[in-house]
Amino acid sequence: MPLLLELFLRFFYVGLFSVGGGLATLPFLKEMGETTGWFTAAQLSDMVAVSESTPGPLGINMATYVGFQTAGVPGAILAVLGEVAPALVVIVAVSHVLMKFRDSKYVAYAFYGLRAASAGLIAMSCLSVAQLTLFNKGVFAETGNPVMAFNFWGFVLAVVLFVGLRKFPKLHPIAFVAFGAAAGIGFHYLIGG
Amino acid sequence: MDYLRLFLVFAKIGGFTFGGGLAMLPILQREIAEKRAWVTQEQLMDYYAIGQCTPGIIAVNVATFVGHQRKGIFGGVIATLGVVTPSVIIISLIAAFISNFQDVLLVRWAFDGIRPAVVALVINAALKIVKKSLVDAWTVAMFAVVLVLSTLTNVSPAVFVLAAGVCGILLKGGNRHAAAA
Repeated sequence: MPLLLELFLRFFYVGLFSVGGGLATLPFLKEMGETTGWFTAAQLSDMVAVSESTPGPLGINMATYVGFQTAGVPGAILAVLGEVAPALVVIVAVSHVLMKFRDSKYVAYAFYGLRAASAGLIAMSCLSVAQLTLFNKGVFAETGNPVMAFNFWGFVLAVVLFVGLRKFPKLHPIAFVAFGAAAGIGFHYLIGG
Repeated sequence: MDYLRLFLVFAKIGGFTFGGGLAMLPILQREIAEKRAWVTQEQLMDYYAIGQCTPGIIAVNVATFVGHQRKGIFGGVIATLGVVTPSVIIISLIAAFISNFQDVLLVRWAFDGIRPAVVALVINAALKIVKKSLVDAWTVAMFAVVLVLSTLTNVSPAVFVLAAGVCGILLKGGNRHAAAA
């Protein structure tokens, strides 16, 4: 099978069976590396690190990285297209059905419950993002000291920016990201590394 | 022209999202609900709910949904391509030219500040959504149950979303019948 076609099909498979976001694709990528020999487990963990330190959805960054390493720019494009193709078909179908039954009261009833669950899931992911950023579980497991595991500086920055968000609701979210980046660089510069 | 704008708005959203699907929420709210009124905050919630229980990446699923609702199948394709294009360009450049990107000091420093900023942004975005979707005692109860169970167990989000949808139909439908009888 030509390499580009194989890339597309393998990522199509990942896109079809990974439900729940970028990190859900990780086990599939691990298996892909083992079967094809395109990349090692160590390279995969590098890819995760780069994908997390660049803008864009994690799953798409991972697909681009694997595709590029395997077959250059065409590989990157085909891996991403393969990964998004199944969801594109499913979402367009769901969206079409919803538009058709927009006025059905049962759809409205279902969404009444669904929104509450969606809010619960979003609150849960919010807490886990906060925990991952502000509390280092690895350090806690090693030292048993919660104070050392707590990212005090990050917590202060998050609180300051949260207050800023409430005070200046018109300011664009991107401005806060930029401020965070500048504060991070400034902080490390001041403490000398 | 409309398609070009759809593409550019989603490219902007993709290019400035740091983290997973949730991290996209603050910029999505601003760009397509507050600034452009393409969708309401409630619709955004619906798309997130569906995006979590369909295959694929949540951030991309939401983009496809908005694109399709706005401009049909072609709109769905354009919004999807828009949200992934910055990733393809940025990651390809990094993979081609920088072999140890995550070791670049300035990048690590910047990310030590970007991550707390994202925490502040997503908490703010989640608060807006929680306020909009908790409209009575039933929705508050469902919210609390999902929050606790999804934190403590590994049950798939799809299960919670489907169960809550069924609860919604039973509660509202049931009430209506009771009122009619």
